[in-house]
Amino acid sequence: MRERALRIGLPIVVLAVALALWQAIVDAFAIPPYVLPAPDIVFATLIADGALLIQSLLVTLLTTVEGFLLAGLGGIALAILFNQSRLVEYSLYPYAVILQVTPIVAIAPLLLIYLPQSLAVLACAWIVAFFPVLANTTLGLNSVDHNLIALFDLYKASRWQVLWNLKLPAALPQMLAGMRIAGGLSLIGAVVAEIAAGSAGAGSGLAYRIAESGYRLNIPRMFAALLLLSFAGVAIFFMLSALSHLVLRRWHESAVKREQ
Amino acid sequence: MSAQRSVVIRLHDVGKTFDNGTVALRGLDLDVQDGEFVSLLGPSGCGKSTALRIVAGLSEASEGTVDWPEPMSAGKIGFVFQEPTLMPWADVAANVRLPLRLAHADGALADAAVAQSVARVGLAEFAAAYPRQLSGGMKMRVSIARALVTEPRLVLMDEPFAALDEITRFKLNNDLLTLWQELRRTVVFVTHSVFESVYLSQRIVVMTSRPGRVFTEVAVPAPYPRDERFRTSADYAGFCRQVSEALSSAMAEAAT
Repeated sequence: MRERALRIGLPIVVLAVALALWQAIVDAFAIPPYVLPAPDIVFATLIADGALLIQSLLVTLLTTVEGFLLAGLGGIALAILFNQSRLVEYSLYPYAVILQVTPIVAIAPLLLIYLPQSLAVLACAWIVAFFPVLANTTLGLNSVDHNLIALFDLYKASRWQVLWNLKLPAALPQMLAGMRIAGGLSLIGAVVAEIAAGSAGAGSGLAYRIAESGYRLNIPRMFAALLLLSFAGVAIFFMLSALSHLVLRRWHESAVKREQ
Repeated sequence: MSAQRSVVIRLHDVGKTFDNGTVALRGLDLDVQDGEFVSLLGPSGCGKSTALRIVAGLSEASEGTVDWPEPMSAGKIGFVFQEPTLMPWADVAANVRLPLRLAHADGALADAAVAQSVARVGLAEFAAAYPRQLSGGMKMRVSIARALVTEPRLVLMDEPFAALDEITRFKLNNDLLTLWQELRRTVVFVTHSVFESVYLSQRIVVMTSRPGRVFTEVAVPAPYPRDERFRTSADYAGFCRQVSEALSSAMAEAAT
């Protein structure tokens, strides 16, 4: 109980101290808001521009969710394909790695040339998010207890039965770990693509608002938008952690509470 | 008595060489009679587990013949591994049900078979528990219940109790014998414990290592039911001495 109070209480104390310090420094040195806005101005901007910012947030979140779902499905499907066929794995895996290690900031402008903007943004979110799902699911599918595989063999289980009844459930913890990483990454992918697109013109996502506010030296709004993006990222992480816990709570060591 | 029984499986001149060149078995001859309890005893690395996997069809013999006078379909062989080998995401009933599920067994019949098999190993109250909630001995019981759920003719056990503490092992030995007497399945039991093999089996096949083959056989003609009295009897001690000596000679021969 005490442990729990500390885990929640301490970060809040740190936040309060940091905000108070920030406010005090801005006030003491009379720093203008277009250089560094104090927390109270950022908060006021968040309220004043609320409608606009929330609307932009929804646009970015929609891209993120779509990118995440496609990355989840694509990553898992590809991992299953790799697991079932060595040939496909050997042929395609290097290209999955190349796609992953090439910085997305460098790919985004190219995608924007060849694809309509909304599709390009989605593609960016997908490219950065699918790899952790693929890599983790592959690891899970390949680390099934070999005696359990022998047991399925003994009872003449079909390939499909081995996959459905053994490999997929066994890979579930790693699959969920991959999805948890992918959630945050798809937000990053969406933001990167929006910023790249922002300089090209139309766009109403939250990252575009940040870029736009930057050009107009509306620094408080940049901070307010950034704050919303962070919250969105944290919310995605917690939702996926909760999902993982819910699915694994009855059997996996990572989700089981231990009495000390 | 065993002369009138039919042979369930006959290994003749079986050899196994792994891809890395290790010769695990060479010239292994073994007949298993219907309904008998036979143990394969030998030091680690003598190929007794490999022999068991060849019998189960989990591994191919490189040489020799494996002959089934009566062909075995899937589910006619039960296998108990050294570890419980349970699916952690499935509860006890679902783990025991697995062989039936893989065979697309009828739902109601499978329910009854699972309930009976779980009850047989004394875990009826734990049917809905997950493996992580069970002790090592209980997990092994689930593994045995799973092996028995298809009513197999032949049960293969690969050092199933080696990782358990002595008290639990004795208890499981007793329960296994009770089950064997009740069901009369053929059991091939792999162990490296002289005491366990003598307590359980009618016949002990002593193996020697590098390459693995049969060194000698020792019959244990003590009557069943065997219980704690047998475990502390002079007869038991005598058989243990006899088997220990056979094992020592087997290992001495392997060393030369």
